[in-house]
Amino acid sequence: MAITNRYEFVYFFDVTNGNPNGDPDAGNMPRLDPDSSKGLVTDVCLKRKIRNFVELTEEGHPGFEIYVKEKGILNLQNKKAYEALSITPEPKKLPKDEAKAREVTAWMCANFFDVRTFGAVMTTEVNSGQVRGPVQLAFAKSIDPIIPLELSITRMAVTTEKEAEAQSGGNRTMGRKHIVPYGLYRVHGFVSAKLSEKTGFSDDDLAKLWQALTLMFEHDRSAARGEMAARKLVVFKHADALGSAPAHLLFDRVKVERVSGERDTPATTFSDYRIVLDTNGLDALGVTVEEKF
Amino acid sequence: MAYGVRLHVWGDYACFTRPEMKVERVSYDVMTPSAARGILTAIHWKPAIRWVVDSIHVLKPIRFESIRRNEVGSKASASKASGGMARGSVEGIYTLIEEDRQQRASTVLRDVAYVIEAHFELTELAGEGDNPGKHLDIFNRRARRGQCHHQPCMGVREFPAFFSLIEPEMALPASILSDEQKSRDLGWMLHDIDFDHGATPRFFRAALVNGVMSVPPFHSEEAKS
Repeated sequence: MAITNRYEFVYFFDVTNGNPNGDPDAGNMPRLDPDSSKGLVTDVCLKRKIRNFVELTEEGHPGFEIYVKEKGILNLQNKKAYEALSITPEPKKLPKDEAKAREVTAWMCANFFDVRTFGAVMTTEVNSGQVRGPVQLAFAKSIDPIIPLELSITRMAVTTEKEAEAQSGGNRTMGRKHIVPYGLYRVHGFVSAKLSEKTGFSDDDLAKLWQALTLMFEHDRSAARGEMAARKLVVFKHADALGSAPAHLLFDRVKVERVSGERDTPATTFSDYRIVLDTNGLDALGVTVEEKF
Repeated sequence: MAYGVRLHVWGDYACFTRPEMKVERVSYDVMTPSAARGILTAIHWKPAIRWVVDSIHVLKPIRFESIRRNEVGSKASASKASGGMARGSVEGIYTLIEEDRQQRASTVLRDVAYVIEAHFELTELAGEGDNPGKHLDIFNRRARRGQCHHQPCMGVREFPAFFSLIEPEMALPASILSDEQKSRDLGWMLHDIDFDHGATPRFFRAALVNGVMSVPPFHSEEAKS
């Protein structure tokens, strides 16, 4: 059963002494908005973590396969659909028969969480295997500017014998690490009930999405990330599938106040901020708010 | 223009990808008619109607920014796939996605705002219950209340488009497009894809005249495929 309400959400997460999302264009420095020096985290970075979390917690559960795995082959996953439906696969093409093509797509949606959530392009040449998912994330941006630090680190070993000889046995390698001392990031998300009708994204899936947003950083620890934590998730639930208020007006109701330190200067902890939610008149609009945490 | 609508749309980022530069995506300077149609369609569409974009007003200076992301490079090799099929198993067959990566830069627009002027025509699929007034009402009601089928986007879905209806008696939002950008030739631009004729793209010579890009009819002399 697909969901029957439209949702928007505002999600806050922060980073302490870590790199939330490196910029391949800038030697893996934390992403920066050049206009404002605010930090950025891309939509795909966050979707990767949601996929990883669902893969981790729902491993082996039917219907919760993950299509774009960190170690997966897309075409092999496609093939599963053909096998299940006993259709002879034509190389790089969905079946000519439109009904069969829809069956393959429906099967993929039923079995793969990320296909029915975010959508997927499942063919290489023919367009008919494209699914648009109900859940969409925008870029995350930090509330205030961030100041990335570059740290030099040493390793007490070298990789090759040649390096060891060059250093006459000194055996040291220098490396670099980029961190954001502190940054609170805000991201906006959308869930379309109308698109969920096409992929079968259900209320259970939605609950899984909220759970992933709540816990995904707990399972994404690494040397590069530092300490990352989900801080707040505000969900706006519309009374029906089309919704009853413009998304931008709902997002405007979630304000972040700086309670310690100057606005537009880098913050040092989460307690430098207060997140304020204006619920005035939301009932009349037919929108309910849930603060997931 | 009896059934015209005017929609104010804006967003932090936009990428109206040029078809000639879509590996490392480069955006057009201005929203394409095709993208504008997509936004209208996200709010209301039925097979009975076809949106026709008349003009696009550019309200903010045209500025670009580059973003590089890790994207999935390619699909699996045929030999690996057929090997797995022969065994009838997907177990244990993996490739590191890091080895199948393409880092692609996108040159995207920053801080955009437009007014889309459009109208719709009834198609041959229009039934007895379809009349222009009904669809116009539905569109206006939804746009006024912020309702949509799915959140519209600025060319790609990671860049959401926010919208508000401009009522007939309302003035257009003020433009802060700089004077030197107000009138310029934008070169050949994608008009839309002709899905009736095998998804053929059609192009037109786009130009900003005093901040407004007028869009010729899709099947006119000015639009070439």
